Amino acid sequence: MTDKPDLRAAVAAGVVGSEESFRSLLAAIVEVARSIFGAKASSILLLDDETNELVFEAVVGEGEDSLLGTSFPAGTGIAGWVLATRTPLVIEDVRDDPRFARDVAEDTGYVPKGLMAAPLLHEEGALGVLSVLDRPEQTLFSLQEMELLGLFANQAAIAVDLLLKARKAQGILTAGGGDLEVVARLATAVDALEDEQREAGLKLLNHLARTLGS
Amino acid sequence: MDDVTVHSWDAGKAALPAWSLPKDAVDRIALPAQWPEQVTREWALGGATGKAIRVCILDSGVDDTHPAVGELESAVAISVGENEEVIAEEDTEGDVSGHGTACAGIVRRLAPESQISSVRVLGPGFTGSGNVLLGGLRYAIEQGFDVINMSLSTTKKPFAGILHELADNAYFKRTVLVASAHNMPVESYPWRFSSVISVGSHEEPDPLDYFYNPSPPVEFFGRGVNVEVPWLGGRILTVSGNSFATPHMSSICALILSKHPELTPFQLKSVLYLTATNVGGGK
Repeated sequence: MTDKPDLRAAVAAGVVGSEESFRSLLAAIVEVARSIFGAKASSILLLDDETNELVFEAVVGEGEDSLLGTSFPAGTGIAGWVLATRTPLVIEDVRDDPRFARDVAEDTGYVPKGLMAAPLLHEEGALGVLSVLDRPEQTLFSLQEMELLGLFANQAAIAVDLLLKARKAQGILTAGGGDLEVVARLATAVDALEDEQREAGLKLLNHLARTLGS
Repeated sequence: MDDVTVHSWDAGKAALPAWSLPKDAVDRIALPAQWPEQVTREWALGGATGKAIRVCILDSGVDDTHPAVGELESAVAISVGENEEVIAEEDTEGDVSGHGTACAGIVRRLAPESQISSVRVLGPGFTGSGNVLLGGLRYAIEQGFDVINMSLSTTKKPFAGILHELADNAYFKRTVLVASAHNMPVESYPWRFSSVISVGSHEEPDPLDYFYNPSPPVEFFGRGVNVEVPWLGGRILTVSGNSFATPHMSSICALILSKHPELTPFQLKSVLYLTATNVGGGK
């Protein structure tokens, strides 16, 4: 890899926002999803390409204390199916569904009766899965809910994409052994300036770029 | 070479295409005047059972031990060899997820005398690839099934061209490809191709209700919400999604074809349009 993308990553790490802020966004999405559907729990699972596992990145409701950060193989459970086929699925009485990752559920002491899951699609790939567990039992599922689920999944996919980009940029910055840290700090500092100070800061950077022959 | 016979009403699936219509051939391709003044649903599928119509479930496999599915005509698993060759072997795994069993169960319920086959394109752990999907579809078209139910799609653009070619091949060989539209606003294939019958979901409880969509690319809506289906382990679940609307339309195609086996995919689509609930033929 050349220095160029590293420097760009350093700048990105300085300005795109922290991992914490994107995780907060994911948490807010599952919170709203759970609330809108009147469900008992909601979660966002992120695919780890290296281990081929699905990792709980955001959980609200039942299991939120124990599930965050835990993972299970991507080829299991309803979430695994949704990820593989990139298609939403709504199943009632998942306790009777052998695809349901029962061991994951039983670890939390909570086994849902109904589940809606949608893939987090970005470009041609699937980044993870949004799940909503146990809607109110007395209501039949409707297409309007399917559409709503898709909207939430789309929003979550954008947030996950930003989270992954922030992680990648931070990873490159860390791998740079601190040499690139100054570039990230500079980018952060200029990004935080306002009005005239920002204009002056950008002017200074332009001078620096010209001095360095760029 | 007598290239006229291929135009005839009885032209079989093996017939070669003809590129023109000589003057002296016009009379010979005259079609029997057997269409009613108004094509009704009763004319199209009243009393039909799907008898002798071969329906292929291209999916995760089918559990033929489930009482709501019953005996299959055949079951193969598709894989791709070292030299990219497509391998179709007898399927000993059955269904790896339950999804294919659900689709087969819907077809068995609505078109009970159809002959159902399974072509599995997903492995254990839901592994599969675009090449296996393409290989499975190619295999199914070569087998000359009357209807191929495809409740799967791919978002991989590089596969779109080959899938398009396969969908057209099926269309010209009188194999009806019924494909599930994506539930989410993404580009996926093959349901977007006009040579397939693409299916979205409606919420009505009647399994034989179907609607024509005047705003394509989705062409028809079948029952896809709160559908009881067979699943692995002899279970029955309630499920929703376009995946399950698709076998409803596949079943309706099988019913119509069992009563009118002469129909080409173009004609079948026309009958579906004329008999759709929102068009009036359904009355």
